[in-house]
Parts: sequence; structure tokens; C-alpha cells
Amino acid sequence: MNQPLTVLKPKDFASDQDVRWCPGCGDYAILNQVKRVLAKIQAKKENTVFVAGIGCSSRFPYYMGTYGIHSIHGRAPAIATGVKITNPELDVWVVTGDGDALSIGGNHLMHVLRRNVNLKILLFNNRIYGLTKGQYSPTSEIGKRSPSSPMGSIDPPLTPISIALAAEASFVARAIDVDKSLSEVLERAAKHEGSAFVEIYQDCNVFNHGAYSYATDKQTKEDSVIRLTHGEPILFGKERDKGIMFTDAKPEVVTIGKGGITLSDIAVHDETDASLAYALGRFKQPDFPEPVGIFRSVEGNHYEDLLAKQITDAQDHRGIGTLDDLFNTGDTYEITEIDSKHHLHD
Amino acid sequence: MAEQLNNVNGKRKILARQSAVVRFAGDSGDGMQLAGTQFTDTSAMVGNDIATLPDYPAEIRAPAGTVAGVSGFQINFASEDIHTPGDKVDLLIAMNPAALKAHLSEVKREGIVIVNESEFTKTNLKKAGYPEGSNPLDDDDFLEGFQVFAVPITRLNEESLANSGMGAKDIGRCKNMFALGVIYWLYDRPLDNTIKYITSYFTDKKGKPEVTEANIKSLKAGYYFGETAEFFTERYQINRADITPGRYRKVVGNEATAMGLVTASKLSKRDLVYCSYPITPASTVLHALAGMRHYGVKTFQAEDEIAAVCAAIGVSYAGGMGVTGTSGPGLALKSEAIGLAVMTELPLVIVNVQRGGPSTGLPTKTEQSDLLQALWGRNGDCPVAIVAPKSPADCFDAAIEASRIAMEHMIPVIILTDGYIANGSEPWPVPKADDLDPITIKTVPPLEEDQQFEPYKRLDESLARPWASPGMPGFEHRIGGLEKDFVTGNVSYDPENHQKMTRVRQEKINRIADVIPPIEPHGDNAGDLLVLGWGGTFGSIHTAVERARAKGLSVSSAHLRHLNPMPQNLGDVLKRFKRVLIPELNTGQLRLLVRSKYLVDARGLNKIQGKPFLVEEIEQAIDLMLADGFGNQEFIMPREHQVTPNQWDYDFQTDQEGANA
Repeated sequence: MNQPLTVLKPKDFASDQDVRWCPGCGDYAILNQVKRVLAKIQAKKENTVFVAGIGCSSRFPYYMGTYGIHSIHGRAPAIATGVKITNPELDVWVVTGDGDALSIGGNHLMHVLRRNVNLKILLFNNRIYGLTKGQYSPTSEIGKRSPSSPMGSIDPPLTPISIALAAEASFVARAIDVDKSLSEVLERAAKHEGSAFVEIYQDCNVFNHGAYSYATDKQTKEDSVIRLTHGEPILFGKERDKGIMFTDAKPEVVTIGKGGITLSDIAVHDETDASLAYALGRFKQPDFPEPVGIFRSVEGNHYEDLLAKQITDAQDHRGIGTLDDLFNTGDTYEITEIDSKHHLHD
Repeated sequence: MAEQLNNVNGKRKILARQSAVVRFAGDSGDGMQLAGTQFTDTSAMVGNDIATLPDYPAEIRAPAGTVAGVSGFQINFASEDIHTPGDKVDLLIAMNPAALKAHLSEVKREGIVIVNESEFTKTNLKKAGYPEGSNPLDDDDFLEGFQVFAVPITRLNEESLANSGMGAKDIGRCKNMFALGVIYWLYDRPLDNTIKYITSYFTDKKGKPEVTEANIKSLKAGYYFGETAEFFTERYQINRADITPGRYRKVVGNEATAMGLVTASKLSKRDLVYCSYPITPASTVLHALAGMRHYGVKTFQAEDEIAAVCAAIGVSYAGGMGVTGTSGPGLALKSEAIGLAVMTELPLVIVNVQRGGPSTGLPTKTEQSDLLQALWGRNGDCPVAIVAPKSPADCFDAAIEASRIAMEHMIPVIILTDGYIANGSEPWPVPKADDLDPITIKTVPPLEEDQQFEPYKRLDESLARPWASPGMPGFEHRIGGLEKDFVTGNVSYDPENHQKMTRVRQEKINRIADVIPPIEPHGDNAGDLLVLGWGGTFGSIHTAVERARAKGLSVSSAHLRHLNPMPQNLGDVLKRFKRVLIPELNTGQLRLLVRSKYLVDARGLNKIQGKPFLVEEIEQAIDLMLADGFGNQEFIMPREHQVTPNQWDYDFQTDQEGANA
């Protein structure tokens, strides 16, 4: 095989299947960015696996020219765990939605993150159930009117970033489907060693259009979104003159130059600080601008590596077991010809 | 039956026996399972055939001293070929009043009952629920017909360890060894195997040589008590069984299942990943495999049953041998994912150690009531193959066979084992790795240039699809739960394709019947009665049919290892017998299948008590069948304990009242 290495382009990661999301769906933008990032990091098609649950987002694997499973509702993290512990060399991505990951699959999401299995989880959050035609989801706001909540939802919404942090996720980030934040976050996630959790604000053009317009409209977005950068002050606004200040651990929005506030009063983002990440994760419009970028990124052991290491450690310690070793473990005894004939009732 | 061999000092008669059934019974904290296991191991090593039945409460520590907290362990050991743990008990050792109360009814007439007299205190008698002021040891009526020996085990054990320097609590924990020592003496068993075990456990593993010393001292004290106290007038001798020469070891069913899975992994050269969530009585498969890392075994203790099966599916997709294990309620939770494995045509092995149900049911007791769940407990037409082992040692072969079918045919296979064989034990002839057949997996065909890989392009014979996995360049493909095209695997809602695919999924199962062995009746090929069984009832059925045949009755037995598909010749075999009896530990699930599929008027003996069949119960049903005693009834149920042909329970059959009054 002396062929020159082919450099894969984004389109090389596409499958031959027609993409069948609704026109204007935010998923298209995410699909394109994922392909672009895979090309950029020169991922190997044969080593890349997309695992999805059920929902609009979860049709994702069909549109990728890599390996993939479209599985059952909410269980993609568990399937992906099985894939990864079997072959730790694979690059495994989980694509899921707010209903899939946080409702029916909440348990699995929590556990895959705490185990720090080295896989990338993209949670498309459109705050609605799209595939089943518009019911409220675990991230829908209180009062959301939908076919299943005609008088308004009375379920308080979950905050995906808080869930991920509570589950001890080693990488927690947020991005917006049509925003430049997406490619940056995806690339960091792809390179992260460990479970990477990425919440992506995604527009459901049919059932919840404009849920994130504050974060995507030109007029409002700079005042509504914080772009987090490790080691940099947490600033936002068109003029980058607004920032976040913590007084007695309580955050507030301040403007530099007003009330004696200077740049040094602004909190500095630290990706290793879980408490800061948690505080930022709770920022919600309209009271606070909502952060995008990497909330938390720390290194840690990966489940599948620890598991593989137990095998090599055991083999170093006890030797590589063979079947004959296995069969002869424990107390074996020999029945000889003489014994078997020496019989009370012969 | 007894044959007097000799007199020791003119006092101790040694009586030869072909077999004996001993039951250890005590509080859940008394170490009865350990004592029973040690007795089993030693009996296996001296060359007896053995079969065991552990019986323990679902609660880890039910209130001490109560009947609910009694833990029992029964062993049948013999110089003959045996297949069951025995119907009635020859010797019961009861460590407290509750144990006596719970188990006395199963001791044979004239059987031996050794009670730990020290524990028959007012308080303990009250806890056990004896009437105020009464003590069964003082009640001639209560113990009439048994040879009762009241041994102050607790006190004697304390005395023997008085100078050990150990606390009262630790000393108390050794009393199971004292009891074991007494039984070892009675049955003339060597102590060295247990001494070796105690040493390796407490000294080598736990680093507590003083505990080793105390336990060995108790064990010997019990043994010497038997020898010197002139308490017992007789000893018993059970010689080696006439078994095929070779190397043996004792195996417990779940342990054999674990070894079978590892073996299948090596034979197929696919890494085993066992994904499971703890559940009684399946957990010990997980425990066994978790201790086998040096064999390359990965285990994944998942967050729930669904995660466990899904992870196993991920394993298989990634090219490993994906196995999940559970018990009935867990199988219910796994059903959607099993459907995914059926749809995606991935190999998957599901171990279901059945227990009493429904719901949480009887977690520590056995039953066979998941057969229909295994067959049909999923949405859509969703067939899977089912293999059921017949005994503890057979779990090894069944696990290999299920894995072979799963990987060679690219389908999920359920192994239906049960609590009785999972916890029971028997001697196992140690196989040689070289004698085992490899598992051959059809590899993917090499691709021509620009040729698109077709993930569902099937083999002609088995209809199995090729197993390509991530990491293989050129074979990138997507699978999923949506209906897909017969060859390309692309999502397809085409009505005719769905009909075709539904038939293909069934046909994949049907064609397994081409490679499994035909069913062979034990006994004659035709006759008055065929007793058909499956799974862990094999031993009782086999023994009952042997006894019936010894009486000259025209009875044969047949055992179904493959429940789906069933052997091709089953219909022919059934029709060669005038009558068919199907004993099952459920309300008649196999009977339903056999009647509907083969249009045979099979009748049932159905026991739903959380316990295996007594041989006697099946013998009586055979007699009743041969005497046309079933009348129009489709099934009968044995009453608890004492069963006679006139004591059947007809309560469930009001529409056929008096059919066999």
C-alpha cells in the first residue's frame, strides 16, 4: 500500500444517503461543522463511529460516511461505552437530543460522564420534542404550551451543563448551531481525552423556532452571549465592556468604567474550576448572558483505559491465562481406572 | 439397604450406603452455605457423584433466629450416578430451633436429626415461634420417628476455643466448622481439603492466621467429638462412584456458565465483554468473570439492565463477544434492546438465570417461567434462539453452544438457566482445550475497487450477514433499529420489504434447526408415555423415568436443550408415544408450545413453589398418566411436600370438576 495518503475533505465524511431534516433545521449546520472538524483533525473514517439514540438529532449517523448505529431511545451512551471498551482505538461520538439524553436516557448520560469514557457527546438542545411533533421537553421553560401541555408546562427545566458538571464530566462545553462557537468547541471536544459533553443550542424550525433567537440575532447576541476563554476575563457585549463580577461568590453583570469597575474586577475564566463552571452554567436569559465555549476541561483517567490496564496488570501478575489453566483452576481430582472399579457394589 | 461392614471397638457400626442426603440448616449468619460447600467439595474429591441445592432467604440477614432467616444447603452424594439433590433428607443438622422447624418435615422417617442443643433457649424457641413453654427436644411426639441427637454445639465450640484469645463473637463464628467436623466424622470424610481451604482463605487472602487456627481447631474438635464422645453408635460409608476415569472438579452452575463464555471467546478469537447489572441469582456469573481478567475478560457493571444489554450490543458492533446476564425482571427491561440486536443482526448472548416471578417474585428461588418471555417478550415479530442447560455442569456446554449460534448466525441467543442449576453443583470432567471445536465466524469478503460494502448481504445457508466492525477500512456502514433493505441495509419503509425482512428474521432462526442435533428419547423410541422436559428439571425427570422403567413401565424421557428452534424431529418423536407428560416449574409454557405447534395432547405436571421437582412427584404423575388418572385435565399441580396420587390440587380447574376425583 504505497499510495499517497489521501487528505480527507468534509464531503468525504458524508454518506450516500439524502439528509432528511426539515428545511431550516439547525441540525444541518451541526452536521456540516462536524464533517469539517473531522476533516480538520484528519480523523480516519474507519475509526470513527457515531452512535445515536432516537429523535431528529439521532438520525445523524445515517448521514455520515463513517461507522454508525442509530439505536434506541436514550441508550446511545451505553452502546457507545460498549464500543469504546471493546476497541479503545476508535473515535466514538454520541449524538443525542434534549429528550433523548435528559429524559429517557438521563441515567446513562450521568454514568458515561462519571466514568469518563473517552467519547464525545453532542447534545442538540432545541428545548422541544421534534420527532414526536412538538411536546415539551426536559429543557422547555415552565409555561411552555405544547400538544401535551395545552395549559403550559409545569415541569421545571433541567440545565444540561449543570447535569454534566454534577456527573463530574471532564469536559463540558456549550455552542450554538449557527454560531462560530460551534467549530471551536467541536474541535476542542474532539481533541479532549475523556468524556466531552457539548450542549448545542439548536433551532427547531418547525416546533420551537426562535427559541434561541436572543443568542443568534445580530442585534441581541453580543449582549446575550458570553464567549468563554480560559485565562481571559469574562467579558461580553459589542464593545466588550460588560463583564461578570463575583462578590461573595455571587455573580453580577457589571460594566467597565461604570461605578468604579475596572478590568481587574472582572472574573477570569478557569477551565479547571468546577465551581466557576457550575456558576456560569446557571446563567440564564434574561437575567444573565449565557456562556458558550468550554466551561470545564480537566484531565483524568478514562474508563476503557483503566479496564484494559486491569487486564494487562492481571496478566503480568498471574500470567496470561489459557483455557487449560481455566479448566484446571481450583480443586481438581483424578479418578483412575482402579478407583472407578473399586466399587462397593461390584 | 444398609450393609454392616465391621465394628470399631465393638461399638461403632459402619454402615454402607449408596447415597445420602445431608442438609445443613441454620441462621443466615451461621455459615451454612460455607459448611455445605465444603462438604460438597470434599465429597466430590473422594470420588462421589454429587448434586446440591442451596436454599437461602432473599433477605441478607432476616431477623436472627426466625424461620424467615433460615438458610439451608442440601447435598446428595453417592456411589452411584445421581442427577438430583435428593427428595428426602437422611441427615439434618439444625443449628437453632428455627432451622429445625423449617426443615424437619423433609427428613426421612428414621432419619438423623442433629440439633445444636445450646441454641434451644427460651428466647430462641420464642423467635422460632414454638408455643410458649414448649421445647421440641422435650416433645416425644414432635420428634417421633427420627433419630435425634442433641449436641451442645455452641457450648462445645466455645470450650474448644476458650484459650484461643479470640472474642466471643469470633468464637461463635467458628461453630459451623464444629458442626461440619461432626458430619465429616459421621460420613468418614477427610478433613484436609477443608483445612487447605480455611488456610488459603484466612491466612493467605485475609492475613489472619489466628482465625485459620481457630477454625481448624473447631473443625477438628467436631470431628473428635464424633470419634470420642460415644454419642453416635453408627457411622456411614459412601464409596467412590463408578464414574469414567479422568480428571474432575466440582462446578457450580453459574461458574460453569462463566467458564463456557470465556471458552467461547477463545474458540472464536473474539474478546469477551460481559455487561451486567447485579441481580439474584445471576450475579455470581458477573463475580466469576470479574475475577478472570488474566484470561482477557472484560466485565462492565452497568448502571442498569438496559445499559448492560446496550453496552453488550456496542461490544458486538465493535467486533467483540457481547454478553449480558440477568434474571427475569432484568430480561424484561432488556427486551427493547434485544429487539435492536435482532433488527441489526448482531450476535448477542443473553444469560437469563430464571427465578420465581412475576415481578420481584421469589428472587432466591428457582422457576422456569421465563420461557414465553424469552420467546415472545418483545415488540414486533422478534425471534431469538433459546438454549437451556440441563444441569450445573451442562451450563458450560450450553454457554459455548449459545455463543456459537449467536456468532455463526449473527443473532441474539438467550441462555435459559435457572436458580436451581445456577447455584447447584456437580462433578465436571475437566475438558482439554484442544478437544474443543473452534467457532468459525464468516469474515467479510474482500471488496473490489469502488465496491460499496453491503452490510446485509447474506450467506446462502444460514442467511447470516457478514460481521464487519469499526476499524476495518472500506467497510464503513450504518446500522439501526429502523427497518432496512434486505441487502444494502438502507432504511426502507417499503411494505413488501418489511414482510420479507420479517420472514428473513424468522427464517434465520428456523435454519438453526439444520445444525442442531435431533432429539433422542432416553429409553425406548416409542411407548405408552414420553416425559418431555427442558432445563433444570432434567435430573428429576431422568431419575423418575429410570425408576419407572425399572418397574417395567413403558416410559421414556426426552430433554429439549433447544427451545427455539426446536429439533426438527420433535413432532415425530412425540407422535410415537401414546401419551406425553411435560413436567415444568411453571404453569405449562412448554406444554402450550408443544400443544399448539405439534397438535399433541400433552399433559402437564406444574410445580410453582420455588423449588425443583422431587423425583417422587414426577413418579407419581407418571403413574397417574399411565392409569389414565388425568382424565380430561390438561395439568395437575403437586401439593407441597407430601404428594400422593390422591392428593392433587384441582382448584384451578373448576370447569373440569370431578374429572378425576
